[in-house]
Amino acid sequence: MTLFGRKIPVVFSLAIWFFAWELIGRAGWSTIVPPVSSVLEAGITVLGTDKFSAAALISLRSFAIGMALALVTGIPLGFAMARLPGVGRLLGMWVNIFVSAPISALVPILMAVIGIGETTVVVTVYLFAVFVIVLDTQVGVKHADRSLVEMARSFGARRRQIYVHVLILSALPEILAGVRLGAIRGVKGVVIGQLLVAIIGVGELFELYSQHFLMEEFWALVIVVFLFAFAVSEAIAALERRVEYYASAR
Amino acid sequence: MAGDAIVETRGVGKTYDGGVEALRDVSIDFPRGQLSTLLGPSGCGKTTLLKIIAGLIPPNAGEVRVKGRKIDGPGPERAFVFQDFALLPWATVLRNVAFGLELRGVPREVRDETARRRLAEVGLSGFESSYPNQLSGGMKQRVGLARALAVDADIILMDEPFSSVDEQTRRKFQEDLLVLLRHRQKTVIFVTHSIEEAAYLSDRIVLLSPRPGTVSRVLTPDIGHDKDPDEIRRDRRYLDAVDEIWQILKQYVT
Repeated sequence: MTLFGRKIPVVFSLAIWFFAWELIGRAGWSTIVPPVSSVLEAGITVLGTDKFSAAALISLRSFAIGMALALVTGIPLGFAMARLPGVGRLLGMWVNIFVSAPISALVPILMAVIGIGETTVVVTVYLFAVFVIVLDTQVGVKHADRSLVEMARSFGARRRQIYVHVLILSALPEILAGVRLGAIRGVKGVVIGQLLVAIIGVGELFELYSQHFLMEEFWALVIVVFLFAFAVSEAIAALERRVEYYASAR
Repeated sequence: MAGDAIVETRGVGKTYDGGVEALRDVSIDFPRGQLSTLLGPSGCGKTTLLKIIAGLIPPNAGEVRVKGRKIDGPGPERAFVFQDFALLPWATVLRNVAFGLELRGVPREVRDETARRRLAEVGLSGFESSYPNQLSGGMKQRVGLARALAVDADIILMDEPFSSVDEQTRRKFQEDLLVLLRHRQKTVIFVTHSIEEAAYLSDRIVLLSPRPGTVSRVLTPDIGHDKDPDEIRRDRRYLDAVDEIWQILKQYVT
């Protein structure tokens, strides 16, 4: 970022926003917006509590299981849809519908069917994440350089070798982009699932804080969740940048 | 002649799914150890024919015999050089050259050694650890050629290998190709739409007519490729061949 021809660190922008937040909070215009300093203070207290650790553990576990399921089913399904025309035609429409559908609307039904508990949250994470992973994998494999596949065949590659040596590597940039988007959606899935279920994990804490009007704690939790989503996304983006040089060379 | 043919096509025909007939009743013998060119205007199915010989596309009619055996797919006695190079962008030049050997399960040291030698032969020593996007078009195709030479196939199939390469690079590359092939008993089948290229490189030129592709004429210019490149380009027989080919192809160009 440059301002008046000078390079300014990105952190500076954050500092300005926090400063504005602090002023608004101090002015006492709204009880919903406490000063950022007391939010951070509350955050430190909240992070130290057993309640938070337990909530974070449950939420992370739901997120990890849901994402793992989305990866191990989504990527192979994307491959199948790209490589087998029948599968692609059969499922293409549904994947496209679900990738744009508001999955949150399904959570109450999931609660009715699966019950109010961690499983519902895992399924919510899965449904939030899986479709974009399927779709991006399919696009990546479909657009994999056909002449590379032909080249591998001409040198006697068997089906398995074509997957391992050409298709997976060729589709990797798109697959990673799908995984990143899926992970971001997955974080939303955890929060929305737990908010609706409202008795477990971070969702329970959100519910608790807002009902008792503990705004400092509430905002502190928001910041923690935001930071987590950002960190996950950045970690995958870092991985993407490592394969970028060959994505651009295609 | 037929007894010495390493590749034979017998009544090969190909109609694509859309109903386009690309080839009809193509029967050609390709003599062992010679460089044969498939030449014709665009749309004459020359690339399709080459890919059928490679085993990459199945014909609808007829068959291809390699060393007397009917083929039903790619085989280790044939290696392909692609028009668009088809190099793995995520692999180094060395790994690209060794790719055919890697697929065959040749141990790493052995295949890297072979790849290094082939790279030196095509004049790319020192580029082993470069990536394809760091190379020029001409260098990429040299990598493609080295990859085909690395698997030590008897038959090298080249699909317009110089068409994405600029004119000066192409000339140098053609000369180097002749030098490279002179001492090897390779059979080369070469697709091009350049008359000069065909006349300059070939022992035999197969002229194809367009839509559907059929054999129009087979010429054997007999220029002799052991001469100096510049001498060949001034040779009477070379100039006559170019002229003769043009007289035949002219009728297909509208």
